[in-house]
Amino acid sequence: MIAQKNMEVMIGSLRLKNPIMPASGAFGEDMEEIIDFNRLGAVVPKSITKYPRRGNATPRVCETAAGMINSIGIQSKGIDYYLSKTLPYYTKYETPLISSISADSIDEFAEMSEIIAGHEVVKALELNISCPNLKGNGLAYGMDPQITYDLIRQVRTVTDKPIIAKLTPNVTRIQDIAVAAEEAGADGLTVANTILAMAIDVHTRKPKIGNVMGGISGPAIKPIIVRMIYQVYQATKLPIIGCGGVMNGEDAIEMMLAGATAVQVGTASFIQPTAMFDILEEIEQYMDHYQIEAITEIIGQVITGK
Amino acid sequence: MKAVKLRVLSNTQVSERYWHMVVDASNLRETVKPGQFFHIRCTDEYYPFLRRPFSIYRINKQSQTLEFLYLVKGLGTRRLTQVAPGEQVDVFGPLGKGFTVHESWNPILLLARGVGIATLAALAQEAAEKGIRCVAILSARSQNDLLATETLQGFGADVYKVTDEEGTSDVDHVRSLIEQIMLENEIKAAYVCGSKRLSLLLQEIARERQIPAEIALEEHMGCAMGVCFACVCDLQEEDGVKTVRVCREGPVFPLEKVVIS
Repeated sequence: MIAQKNMEVMIGSLRLKNPIMPASGAFGEDMEEIIDFNRLGAVVPKSITKYPRRGNATPRVCETAAGMINSIGIQSKGIDYYLSKTLPYYTKYETPLISSISADSIDEFAEMSEIIAGHEVVKALELNISCPNLKGNGLAYGMDPQITYDLIRQVRTVTDKPIIAKLTPNVTRIQDIAVAAEEAGADGLTVANTILAMAIDVHTRKPKIGNVMGGISGPAIKPIIVRMIYQVYQATKLPIIGCGGVMNGEDAIEMMLAGATAVQVGTASFIQPTAMFDILEEIEQYMDHYQIEAITEIIGQVITGK
Repeated sequence: MKAVKLRVLSNTQVSERYWHMVVDASNLRETVKPGQFFHIRCTDEYYPFLRRPFSIYRINKQSQTLEFLYLVKGLGTRRLTQVAPGEQVDVFGPLGKGFTVHESWNPILLLARGVGIATLAALAQEAAEKGIRCVAILSARSQNDLLATETLQGFGADVYKVTDEEGTSDVDHVRSLIEQIMLENEIKAAYVCGSKRLSLLLQEIARERQIPAEIALEEHMGCAMGVCFACVCDLQEEDGVKTVRVCREGPVFPLEKVVIS
């Protein structure tokens, strides 16, 4: 066993004591009863919108083989609630808070980022550029390199805190979007959000999701996300936060070998509420087994023969 | 709430579509209330992937066991039937808010359809322990699907049964039955689970009679701990309609507030 294992990683200037954090949308204050937030690398509450949102029609989730499709529609209490209740709640934890932001326009992203980043408890921003852009007829910001560039660029002007762009996987070449985010001044990239999907009940002939389509998460998508992490790692120098289908320590290690610096855990917490701690323990066991002193040693260390 | 593995003591088929599971809850330190539920992992594999919510059917404090009465509906519940006595089930709970029962609310009316009785049976048990008398109307497709009659009678409940096959379960008939029960008993509170049309009916009657009523909602869930916002329902509050989480703010709600669609 290695006496001193170093699990620390850096996302821009943000130091994390370990690489494991929750995925936005799969984490909230209600989990306090089950897990100790101070053991996590970071906390990432659900994406916040400027105004309260009721979310999409039900059913909002359905099960698929090794995964689930969701279309929650960012049910949100709005930024006023976030500032007055959510942010003060997290001040009692030493774990850095990453605020996930969703907005309806580039200006709104910048406006919200400036307000939220102005709070001491917020250590970084994760911009959810994977949500549909109303002005772009439903196109997600993150589907277009130029829009991604303009958006990050504008947010960069309002805050010095680390900006993490959460990329959509629903593009042909995710590396082009990643490069645009890097050139615009992002400090990190979350790779990626859920993959657009659909399921139909063959008996009723109706879609299994009220909104017809939704985003699939879970182990079913992990190989696609690992591929995207690998591609983005080749294309940019930015730290990558892998997100999509991590269920255990081996999955997290796989993403780090592909190029991820940190890993978000989402759906796994639904299956096992303490999944993030199980994953941390399994990473430690892996480090012991392969005599790895610092977890950063494995980032991007996949051997491809190329 | 916590995730624990509980030993299965028995898991038996009780009718064509229903199964009954008893688990050893001696290592579960938390108090379990009627109306609460557990999120159960039906298999260790990735399909079926999500846990399934199961309401508490009986809480046995002396023997430290919990019972679940469940409808075999899909892959998850079919897998659960394969769990043998001696094996463990991975449960997460107890979750959610349970029923409100005041000792002055005596007697109470229970209105259940299908597996909804599994939820209301635990309430009948608590009512019996508090000396509250229950009158129950059980509705089902067939006689074979009528569950828990003896369990409820064992708690001293008067049980009325209505079925589709006998043509007695339609809303008009159930309304007449409730009105007859109301004439014979001074019902102080009412509870419903398992049917939208019966819930609408009871909502109407409770409003007319101005008695408190509660509903236990059933919903597909993602996390069951309040973070994913998958299971929601609309509540009519004074300042407008609010969308709330069934797993966290419920699954039991004041019937008057729930927007039943």
